[in-house]
Amino acid sequence: MSTFSAIGEEREIDRDEYTPGVEPQPTWCPGCGDFSVLKALKQALPEVGRSPEETLLCTGIGCSGKLNSYLDTYGFHTIHGRSLPVARAAKLANPGVEVIAAGGDGDGYGIGGNHFLHTARENHDMTYIVFNNEIFGLTKGQTSPTSPKGHKSKTQPSGSAKEPLKPLSLALNAGASYVARTAAVNPNQAKEILVEAIEHDGFAHVDFLTQCPTWNKDARQYVPYIDVQESEDYDFDPTDKVEAAEMMRETEEALHEGKVLTGRYYVDEDRPSYGQEKRAIGEMPEEPLAERYWDDDYEWERSHDRFLEKHE
Amino acid sequence: MIHNMTDDELIWRISGGSGDGIASTSQNFAKALMRSGLNVFTHRHYPSRIRGGHTYTEIRAAEEPVRSRGDGYNFLLALGDSFARNPQEEAFYGNEEIKPLSENLDELREGGVIVYDEGLLDTSEIPNFDERVEENNWHVYPLDLRGLARDMGREVMRNTAGVGATCALIGMELDHVEDLMRDAMPEKILDPNLEILNTAYDQVREEYDVDAPDVSVPTGDHDETQLLMSGSDAIAYGAIDEGCRFIAGYPMTPWTEVFTIMAQNLPGLDGISEQVEDEIAAAALAVGASHAGVKAMSGSSGGGFALMSEPLGLAEMTETPVVLVEAMRAGPSTGMPTKPEQSDLEHVLYTSQGDSQRVVLAPGTVEEAYEQSRLAFRLAYEYQIPSILLYDQKLGGELVNVPKSHFDRDPNPTLGKTLGEDALADEPHSADGKFHRFQHDVDDGVSPRSVPGQKGGRYLATGNEHDPTGHISESPDNRVAQIDRRTQKLEAIRADLDTEDTGSYAGPDDAKYGILTFGSQQGTVEEAVDRLNDAGVSVKSYGVSDMLPFPTDQVEAFVESVDEVLVVEMTASGQFRGLVQKNLGRYGEKLSSLLKYNGNPFEPAEVVDGFEAAILEGDGDASGHQTTFVPAAGD
Repeated sequence: MSTFSAIGEEREIDRDEYTPGVEPQPTWCPGCGDFSVLKALKQALPEVGRSPEETLLCTGIGCSGKLNSYLDTYGFHTIHGRSLPVARAAKLANPGVEVIAAGGDGDGYGIGGNHFLHTARENHDMTYIVFNNEIFGLTKGQTSPTSPKGHKSKTQPSGSAKEPLKPLSLALNAGASYVARTAAVNPNQAKEILVEAIEHDGFAHVDFLTQCPTWNKDARQYVPYIDVQESEDYDFDPTDKVEAAEMMRETEEALHEGKVLTGRYYVDEDRPSYGQEKRAIGEMPEEPLAERYWDDDYEWERSHDRFLEKHE
Repeated sequence: MIHNMTDDELIWRISGGSGDGIASTSQNFAKALMRSGLNVFTHRHYPSRIRGGHTYTEIRAAEEPVRSRGDGYNFLLALGDSFARNPQEEAFYGNEEIKPLSENLDELREGGVIVYDEGLLDTSEIPNFDERVEENNWHVYPLDLRGLARDMGREVMRNTAGVGATCALIGMELDHVEDLMRDAMPEKILDPNLEILNTAYDQVREEYDVDAPDVSVPTGDHDETQLLMSGSDAIAYGAIDEGCRFIAGYPMTPWTEVFTIMAQNLPGLDGISEQVEDEIAAAALAVGASHAGVKAMSGSSGGGFALMSEPLGLAEMTETPVVLVEAMRAGPSTGMPTKPEQSDLEHVLYTSQGDSQRVVLAPGTVEEAYEQSRLAFRLAYEYQIPSILLYDQKLGGELVNVPKSHFDRDPNPTLGKTLGEDALADEPHSADGKFHRFQHDVDDGVSPRSVPGQKGGRYLATGNEHDPTGHISESPDNRVAQIDRRTQKLEAIRADLDTEDTGSYAGPDDAKYGILTFGSQQGTVEEAVDRLNDAGVSVKSYGVSDMLPFPTDQVEAFVESVDEVLVVEMTASGQFRGLVQKNLGRYGEKLSSLLKYNGNPFEPAEVVDGFEAAILEGDGDASGHQTTFVPAAGD
């Protein structure tokens, strides 16, 4: 039993518990894909048995960052691009807390790209949801790292000269042990994938296609979507890194040709999480560090008794 | 000119190339001197280079307490630079091999001793060497240290041979050096090292008349156990004793020292150390860990700290306790990575958008580094605010003896106003169960916090302005209430700091003149003040540690009590003087500056001469020193 009594408590959780009393109606534009992430999370969290008070949601900045205001867990609305380092430290400090990070494609693949690579590389036991709308929304429609080549916007008036970034391939190569793509237009799959991602022991990256009807595409442009697990046209083994990489490549190229492929791309249940790796080398305590500060019987060591002799 | 009052001191300089073991040899010798009963103080000079180049460490040892490097030095042990650039290779910039000898002659005092490795160094390559020796009455002892070491099996042992020769020449017994070698060396290399130490010692005693040493080792006696410790050690131990069990960082000179000590010690304390992708992540991790309820820190030096600006602002806005340490080096940009300066003061005070809501402490000594490291944590957690410990390459790396009893204090792992679940239940909540983490009207401006996982503690932390529950709010009334509350914390911290006065004062209370300084120059200024008073000049000094919130009343009282004040700092633009004037709002006509920014810390004589030139003579021209005088406003 944790010092923090919300952690590990066995009880039925109602999805309404995640709805805040203040501003329960999100301020996202009508038709925005972000509503689907909120809805899928409100379904997934009770299903995996994680209550609002044992969950920490860390977000970045942008339309996606507002998720914290509408999902009433413990929340940390951080700064642009930095949700991952805040989130992974919270997980190291208290592994009992369910840690979820979320942000947009500019936030996670642009300004926060370095943290994305390294958090995936280290395989922290957490879920990372990227609201990928292929655009900067809250700053009014500029070209983003996932916008297709040739994308015109006020800051790229001649059309982008850059190839879009390929987030699934990037996550795989960086070391993520669970990589999936889902879409706002596919709520059932989205919920299932989020359940799997949260339950996965390692870094679970979910690239969530969230249409932006105001600045980019509306929902119709993500339809029809194809689930690569359900379609008979695709046959690959998501536990095989080589096959996963090939499927990702095909998916990421197809997106800009109008074909929306989604599903689980890579699942490695064997790779130890970062916490496990640190414990194995003796660099992480067995008991959550955050609990120690509440343990009245713990004897805090001091430098005087432990380190000073070598200075004499 | 007012000369150094302590002739009874040894200032031993060992020089060579990076990678030649200068640091470890000097550390052991400093410890031996400390164990013999002396007070010691080291000063190191090294390039941003792993192998070769001009590097030295100086040990000043005396019976009286030593608070500073000295003026020059009186004993040189010049070893060869075994990694000097090869003249046969491209990109050769002149003869480096001779540098351990040639580069160190300017600062050697009259009557000083030179021991050099004639196996590697040829004095005929130094212009006018013999004339200079005669002119300065130097005593020169060429010894084939490398040859001796080679004969005994390992060339690296020439350092040990040099220490043996030193001991013979200054009349120091070998017992403390031998004890230290027994403590520090693995068995395999211990015996040959003990042998070469004694061989060199005996050889010098046989070859030369050492009964009346040119420079002799002083004698002293400690009445309690002493430790040889650096500012970096003290900062790390302060953090540990305050219950810090989480650090995240990225290597950068000179902050790497604190990071390394913590990284090596935390796992044994069941703590967590994380080396991460960059300094943005490092500071953000510290914030994340603290948010989850542990005592956490990060840190860097100038450029790395620049990257921490945004997480620092986030900690201010979300009132997340965190301690950052900033080890200054000469800037701007990459600057001079291994050279001290204090010119990050304004950077640390004002970086990050919005009004600064942070604590900045600048300890002046190794003892203060320990105390203020603890203080930084206490203030951060009690007042839910980021605390920055500002020091520099000088304080971080200098080794001094400190009484062990200084560290005999209770640990303090408390988290401040962080509530348990029972107490949380009694705090205000919204109808939907949300905890009012950021209440408007609370004592000292500090609103109690909760930790994720606690029942009844759910709230939102956000970098946006927010209402009491943490929800984003742009209401003018709420904005004013929240800013005022957060600012009120700084007032409460100032009142708190006034109860333990971190300042350091020297000289008579009723002195006619004053010297103000901050951080690592404090000890040097205090030695200069003693010398000036011994010479009949009435002057006192105040070393200020609290940079934010500033001790305005104390500094004003100090300035008010004297006719004129010289502000001594290692910046080119007088940043500390600017801070004093900003806070005092007047006295511009009383404050002049003595600045040094050539990469080397002040010597006491530079402060003495600079003070005489600036205040007593009024023209500020302290010839022979690379210091700069800036007159008071209106002058």
